[in-house]
Amino acid sequence: MAPSRRTRSVDPDAARSLEQLLAAKEIVITCGSGGVGKTTTAAAAAAMAATYLGGKVLVLTVDPAKRLASALGLEQFGNVETRVPHELFTAAGVEPRGELWAAMLDTKESWDALVRTHAPDIKTREAILANPLYQNIAGKFVQSHDYIAMERLYEIHSSGRYDLIIVDTPPTRNAIDFLEAPERMADFFSSRLLRWLILPYKSRLVNAASKPFYSVADRILGSQFLQDIAEFFILFQSMYDGFVERAKAVTHTLSDHRTTFVVVSTLETAPVREAEFFIDALEHKKFHLGAVVLNKVLPAYFLDTAATETARRLEQDSAKVAAQMPAALGDPDRVERVLREIGASFLNYRVVATREAEQQKEMAHVPDIVCTVPFFDSDVYDLAGLLRLGETFWR
Amino acid sequence: MAPAVALLDRRLVFVTGKGGVGKTSIAAALGLMAVQLGKRVLMCEVDAKGNLADFFETKPNRFTPREIQPGLFAMAMNTEESLKEYLSLQLKVPLIARVGPLAKSFDFVASAAPGVKEILTVGKLCYEVRERNYDIVIVDAPATGHVVAQLAAPQAINELVKVGRVRDQTNWMVELLSDPAVTGAVIVAAPEEMPVSETIELAGRIRTETTVDLAGVIVNKVLPELFGRGEEEIFGRLCEEPAMSELATAVGGPVGDVLDAARLAVTLRRTRAEHLSRLRAELPPGLPLMYLPYLFTRAHGVRATTHLAESLGAELGY
Repeated sequence: MAPSRRTRSVDPDAARSLEQLLAAKEIVITCGSGGVGKTTTAAAAAAMAATYLGGKVLVLTVDPAKRLASALGLEQFGNVETRVPHELFTAAGVEPRGELWAAMLDTKESWDALVRTHAPDIKTREAILANPLYQNIAGKFVQSHDYIAMERLYEIHSSGRYDLIIVDTPPTRNAIDFLEAPERMADFFSSRLLRWLILPYKSRLVNAASKPFYSVADRILGSQFLQDIAEFFILFQSMYDGFVERAKAVTHTLSDHRTTFVVVSTLETAPVREAEFFIDALEHKKFHLGAVVLNKVLPAYFLDTAATETARRLEQDSAKVAAQMPAALGDPDRVERVLREIGASFLNYRVVATREAEQQKEMAHVPDIVCTVPFFDSDVYDLAGLLRLGETFWR
Repeated sequence: MAPAVALLDRRLVFVTGKGGVGKTSIAAALGLMAVQLGKRVLMCEVDAKGNLADFFETKPNRFTPREIQPGLFAMAMNTEESLKEYLSLQLKVPLIARVGPLAKSFDFVASAAPGVKEILTVGKLCYEVRERNYDIVIVDAPATGHVVAQLAAPQAINELVKVGRVRDQTNWMVELLSDPAVTGAVIVAAPEEMPVSETIELAGRIRTETTVDLAGVIVNKVLPELFGRGEEEIFGRLCEEPAMSELATAVGGPVGDVLDAARLAVTLRRTRAEHLSRLRAELPPGLPLMYLPYLFTRAHGVRATTHLAESLGAELGY
């Protein structure tokens, strides 16, 4: 007897649908290049999970899309987790089994929170928070955006407040940046360079090895600025142990068996290339690739032979076809133009659909779950829209 | 509407926009057009994710410019290389290798000190313009937010770094960047919700936070209008009986899919048109807005770039 699809799989890696995958995991990280519908996909998946799987589901986004916020009934996303009102589900015609929560990542606020957690005493804490350099760079600091996303995820997950957390990743300059962000942060704080830069300002002694560096740095940046940096890092170093330990824990979360990655893409050339690059990176790092969601896929009828034949006839023989249509349809010249336009438009889109189908076939190393989401007639503007989108990739 | 100073008459053009709108392909097309006008062109990709090479089907770009077509040079920005070049050119620092830890320390200092990476990027570009090594430098600039930091870097450095050699350099950079006859920024948008919102925001930020002239907005991937006035009604009737069956008989094949496809095309065009009206309404008045049609092409690479350059040329009046 063939195994039933309904059987709850013991091995989460054997999931065959997004529903099963989300039921088996606690953290889902969506990734992909900009403009492919990553944020909307994450929100739709979270809404589906809250509706059908139950429990407390959080969607953690970095994208301040106003309409998505209002689709979730929120004035705006904030750094604080907010529950999506139950009435919105009722209005969308579903009775959710669980709760949907949403939060947006505010890099600066998250850094402040981190400093508050790790600073050894109140004095250091206040000194760091008040440091103009800190205020200036909290948002820019060593891929801080990537790191803080992972850090926030770790903090929320280890708090045990949610059954499922879906994270929409920041659009990074390089897709794997955020995967490496925690490691890099740990490296950074344990680096010799950091100690080295701070040393002369601590001991007022510049040793022979570091002297050339300082003289060059001084000439470029000016010694006052260099000293400002050093003072800032001396303060920051007091948080060293906490930070390194934390960054390691965050890294561990990413490779935990309860975590999975969902790669989102369209079938356009550049996003597909990036999706493939990302899939390779996940494999290399031994992270779990759960699914690929392909957004904005043109309907399959564009590849249909009979339909294509009809379109060709309409484009080429529009006059002949128009002549056979009843006069009541309208002005014959206009009818002819409409018919030709219908045919030409179909053939135009067929070119794109064919190229994209080819693109999909060529995608190597895809996971078991590949969901295709059709082009939507209109933009998603409410929870019902999110759920409608979710239905297309859920089962 | 064409920009006040023709785009390709400038000597430094930044092309920016949200990921996915076709920023790099537009930059490539501009480069191709400039070469066709007989200019000596440097294309520089600043976005680390850039795939400029794909649009010319050449091997990945490096810091040292390479001639990929007669008159067309391409390079990829690398701030560390830029620093080395700066040190050897400006400070006459002997034997870079002996500054041993410099390379290693670089990433650290550059990440920690705001504006260092930005100034090294903009500095290199301005340097090429000042030295007149090329007629025009076209930059595939990073997406949205980052580009503001880069364009504003020279002034920001002036305020942050009170002494030092970098400060001596920023004045002439500000001068080059502030001159609309020399420098211009172009935002590439697509008629979709987020790209439109970000374009509106970015246009405001470039105007308030930088001294660079916003030369215009290029809207990419504009879908064609299927039906004119009076034709929508005919299409509406065609989608209903009895016209649908009559059409099937006349054409001698199934028509359902083809009509569905036309309806999809109409809807897609309509939703996008709404985003376009918002863009028009919210951009500063008088800002040139150029439209490029969605190209239903099967070509990739250099052929697709050529297509794009042709339609861009028509829009810009070349």
